[in-house]
Amino acid sequence: MDLMEKLTILADSAKYDVACTSSGVDRAGQKGKLGSAVAPGLCHSFAADGRCISLLKVLMTNSCIYNCKYCVNRIDNDTPRATFTPRELAELTIAFYRRNYIEGLFLSSGVLKSPDHTCERLIQCLEILRGEYRFNGYIHVKAIPGADPALLCRLGLLADRMSVNIELPSESSLKRLAPDKSRHSIFKPMGLITSKITENSHDLARYRHAPKFAPAGQSTQMIIGATPDSDYQILKLSESLYQKYQLKRVFYSAYMPVVNDALLPSIQVKPPLLREHRLYQADWLLRFYGFQASELLDENHPDFNPLVDPKCSWALSHMEYFPVEVNRADYETLLRVPGIGVKSAQRIVKARKTGSLDFTGLKRIGVALKRAQYFITCSGKMIEGLRITQDGVLRSLISEQGAKLLPQEEWEQLSLLEKPALFAKDVVQCLTGA
Amino acid sequence: MLDRGVAYRYDGSFEGFLCCVFESYVRKERPAAILSHQAEQGTLYPEYWIDTVPEHAGRVFASLRRRIAPEAENVVREGFLTCCPEKEMLLYSFIALGYQYGASVMDRLTDPTVCALNKALLHLGNEAHRIKQFLRFTQRQGTLTAIIEPKNFVLPLIAEHFCSRYPEERFFIFDRNHKAGLWYEPYEVQLIKVDKFTPSKELDGERRLEDLWKQFVETIAVEGRINPRCQMNMMPKRYWRRMLEHSGRLTATQRGDWERDCFTQYPLER
Repeated sequence: MDLMEKLTILADSAKYDVACTSSGVDRAGQKGKLGSAVAPGLCHSFAADGRCISLLKVLMTNSCIYNCKYCVNRIDNDTPRATFTPRELAELTIAFYRRNYIEGLFLSSGVLKSPDHTCERLIQCLEILRGEYRFNGYIHVKAIPGADPALLCRLGLLADRMSVNIELPSESSLKRLAPDKSRHSIFKPMGLITSKITENSHDLARYRHAPKFAPAGQSTQMIIGATPDSDYQILKLSESLYQKYQLKRVFYSAYMPVVNDALLPSIQVKPPLLREHRLYQADWLLRFYGFQASELLDENHPDFNPLVDPKCSWALSHMEYFPVEVNRADYETLLRVPGIGVKSAQRIVKARKTGSLDFTGLKRIGVALKRAQYFITCSGKMIEGLRITQDGVLRSLISEQGAKLLPQEEWEQLSLLEKPALFAKDVVQCLTGA
Repeated sequence: MLDRGVAYRYDGSFEGFLCCVFESYVRKERPAAILSHQAEQGTLYPEYWIDTVPEHAGRVFASLRRRIAPEAENVVREGFLTCCPEKEMLLYSFIALGYQYGASVMDRLTDPTVCALNKALLHLGNEAHRIKQFLRFTQRQGTLTAIIEPKNFVLPLIAEHFCSRYPEERFFIFDRNHKAGLWYEPYEVQLIKVDKFTPSKELDGERRLEDLWKQFVETIAVEGRINPRCQMNMMPKRYWRRMLEHSGRLTATQRGDWERDCFTQYPLER
């Protein structure tokens, strides 16, 4: 089989892995080596689905001894199989890297023969890269569940980031769709990696040149929409992963029907992309905005509102916090205002040191006044001429994706007598359905 | 400062610009325009030619740190690289504000001048980042070469990144819009003026490798999630011409002279 064919098969089977980030580690180049890494990561291209291509994302092999129902590479699926030799893959990575096509390698694998055997092959490839080619760029490697801890440790010393996929958000879903995997088999390597990273950080504090273990941390991914788990369950799980396992990222992947199975959504079902988007928004709120999962959702409201983003939705059901006075509110409070993000909040805090802010100033700074106007005051005043009408507020607060879900506007005869003005309360009621 | 309604013309260099600032303070007048010698537009104002005197430039530059803030040095130096149409006057106003308010000028984000300058700097920074992302090298005899077409003059900002990343390579990045090039060989880097760059022959295996890359990019997209809008947001079309995996999807006019550059094969001129 020639390289082109192998690459096609093995990239094709890797494409359902979401993570393609090269972030989390800053490493300058060194004489005699090839490559560097930058903390925010670099996306070198964007595929037709709009996702970033940062790393050469391939499987070592797509042969697999497991039979997970949602997976294209499961043993009883009739699909062409291929396997890279470690050297072949290392050479390809270097050739792409030198031309600035990629930031590095994202290596995952189906389980060939046994988890240990698979893990050894991955190590072999990474050793060629790091040793022979003196490769100093980014490597993300999947920990193979069930492999010997000693092998995982060797892998961690070669890679920048490691990940174990949770796949499904609950034990029961896992039992149904991935009978060969258990919660335990997934969390064990994850815990091992976390403890190794912590241990390593102590070593580094003592010895500057101690070898680094997965310096860009650990991430994971789960599939959304293949099982009946609610957004609340998923977000709670993410939150505990961030806290308990110090994960750098949790990725969500809208389930893409690839096979027909009685246990899975039918193959005609569209992937729940909007739901995935809302989960990412909420994920950001957890990591950068100081929100907690229980603030955004609870047992009575287990799913996100498709019409408005999670932050807006939170604000509408907590109108008692608003309006916020921009010139006095602290940074954390500003962050909770819809339309003010991390950058704008930082700029507000900086700019108000030199004088009080007005709405023109806020606009210049980059605050999305369209949404924020309903929630803020400048020196005690709301924005001039703000009229709260149902149509206006809906238009301002509803996200672009949400707008498509609304019934289309109908033409109407203009009337000299205006409709009665709405109050904030009515709008909130309309949006939250409370 | 008097508004005498005069325009300054200088040699287009950073030092030249600093000398304009110097002259303005010596003559106690605020110029109505500062034009580089290449700027074609004329003005109705009387024009003065400002000579570049390194000593004067040095004094103005030193004053940025001393009278404004250490960060102001970078703001002015990078501001000069932006493609903002009236960057000289913008920088002049910023420096004047800085002399007036001191370090706090950096925090005056709502001031029209500071805001405009910050926007220009953001544009510059973003573009530098995009070039780091989307630049593609081609292996030619002994040298990796790349052509870029940025709006801002980003070469000084990306030099460190590429030199650090490829310490053992020889590479050349040609900025077609600013007629400049970045030449690196271990361990030396030069920013040079280049009027015309005609790439030499590609190595034999190059096409095959490019095909592998194109195939990878095509394969990695998930069919059920095709989203051209998102793709374009993340990667504006003006970069596509120089990206081998996307240039094929542009129409002939969009591609423009891409092909002419790509297929004329002459030895590398330096």
